[in-house]
Parts: sequence; structure tokens; C-alpha cells
Amino acid sequence: MAVLEILTYPDERLKQESVPVADFDDDLRARVAALEETRLAGPGAVGIAAPQVGWFERVVIVDVSKLKKPVPNHGYLVLVNPEITAWEGFAVGREGCLSVPDFTGNVIRAEAIRLEARDPWGQALEFQMQGFEARAVQHEMDHLDGLLFLDRLVSRRNDLFRRKNHQ
Amino acid sequence: MSNWCMLTLVGTDRPGIVAAIAQALFQGGANLGETSMARLGGNFTVMMMVQHEGDTEALRSLVEPVAASLGLRLHLDPIEAHLHQHRIPDVRISVFGADRAGIVAQVTTALARVGFNILDLQSDVGGSKSTPFYVLHIEGQADDGVEAIEQALAPLRDSGVEVEVQSIETMIG
Repeated sequence: MAVLEILTYPDERLKQESVPVADFDDDLRARVAALEETRLAGPGAVGIAAPQVGWFERVVIVDVSKLKKPVPNHGYLVLVNPEITAWEGFAVGREGCLSVPDFTGNVIRAEAIRLEARDPWGQALEFQMQGFEARAVQHEMDHLDGLLFLDRLVSRRNDLFRRKNHQ
Repeated sequence: MSNWCMLTLVGTDRPGIVAAIAQALFQGGANLGETSMARLGGNFTVMMMVQHEGDTEALRSLVEPVAASLGLRLHLDPIEAHLHQHRIPDVRISVFGADRAGIVAQVTTALARVGFNILDLQSDVGGSKSTPFYVLHIEGQADDGVEAIEQALAPLRDSGVEVEVQSIETMIG
């Protein structure tokens, strides 16, 4: 399997909306494998979305289980036709993107989400996610609707950061 | 177009400065790289990476008339510069408290001791003339982790200023 070419901004194709996956077949699973190989070849990416490699179907991969500082996670996730069904809270966090080299910025995302999706065999999945993993899923799902984190940048000034409570 | 210059302007703030300077540079065939403008104490300040085919004096002749007409002091330094060299900060430090002399010196000296590399620093004075407070935000890279930074800044906390150290986990997706 080959590492696929990543589309990079300002490639117009990144603005394209992706269509739901209809067939949960071997072809889908082969494409998912190539997508994952491409993610792993990138610089420390915790997620990738199909449209980033020019595949315009609703498929994302997220895996935040290998961070130096562990965060709550559900391991390696292939999410087909994902839908967020509930949002809670908000948090500012720094994001970068394989499709946006040499740039990072602050983005507001929901702190916790409820998520429904299918696995590559068509089985229903449901997750309650928070923090970094929820951020990664929201970032990747944006790609399915033709959005990049550049569309959601907030000021680099620091006044939006919420103070943690000291014990 | 390989000559980069750091262009610095300082003067009394008024609307339209950036537009006038940027137009003069654009019309003169210069190209902007990374820039940063701030209003500090009512003063307009900006630093601009400017790429220009000519030498520093040619660039000066382009900007000087506009700067002078806006009452701005101009400074130009030829620099060795490259784009696409961003470093990603991994720690954010916020400090605030009643204003007194030495907060920035103490914080940054403590950070330098543990090898912290400051990538971004902003500070401001708020409150009233009789009871001003100081706010300092720093982002940078901590080779030895957040704990070393926490320890280095702990004495500051004891001296009455609030210190918040947060790690920045940049999500690449």
C-alpha cells in the first residue's frame, strides 16, 4: 500500500462536501488502510479525514491513544458516516493540520460530544468523548463539510483561556 | 527578491498608518512576510519583515516619505530571514497581580534559568492609576516540561502574583 498524497490549502478540493459511505465492502476497508498508512506517515497526526487525500466520502480516523501525556481516549477509531448528536461546553485549543503545513492556531471546540458512527463493516458505534479526543473528532469531521481549522481561528491573544482552579 | 529587512515604525497612533505603509511598500515592489503591530501606551508600533530587490537605502527611500508624513520614526535592519520556520509552543504562562516594578524581569529570569525559550510575550497594565495591575502572557518551549516551569515560578506565587502554567497540546489532524 502506498502513502497517499495529502491535499494542502489553498487546494479548492478541501472545500468540497463529502458524501456518506453507502457500501461497507472490502474496497472501503482497503481505502481506510491506505488512509491510516498516510496518517502515520505524517508528522505526529492524531487524525486524518478522507477528503484530505482526495477521497470525498464521510470517513475519518482518530487515534489519540499514543500521546506522550495520556488523555482519555477510545483507542484507534475508524468513523464512517459520523454524526455528533450532542455538544457540551467549549474550550480553546491549539490545532494544526496535515493539510495546512507550518501553521497552528487557536480554535474553539465543544469540550464533550456524543458521537454516532459506523465501523468499516457497517456496525453501529456510539461514543461519549471529551477533551483532546473530542477536539480531534470535531477537527476531522469539519473536513467532511469542507471546513479547515483556518475557518474557525480565534485571536492569538490569550484572554479566552479559562483559568483552571487550584486545589 | 532575496533581501529581507526588518522595518520598525514607532509614533503616535492614528487610523490609516498600516494602510499607508503597506501601500507604499506594495507600490514600490516590496513584499511583506510576517508582521506584528501593537498599540503600546497610545503609540503605534509595528515590525514587518520586508523583502525588497534593492538595498536598505532603496527601501528607506520608499518608506521614509510616508513615515515622515505620518510622524513616524523609521528603523531598518537588513536581516537573515526565512519563512516557514514556525516553532510550536508547548507551554503557556499567565501572570497577573498588583503592578510593581520587576515582574517581567523576575518571571523571565526564572524561565531563562530552566532553559525556557520564549516565542511570544505580551504584557499590559490595567486597573486604575491609583491601583494598577499587571498582566503578562508568555508562550514558548519548555524542554524540561511543565513541572520544571512550575517549580521555577513558585517563588513568584509566594510574592503575591498569580501564576498559571498550562501545557499546550497542539492537535494535528
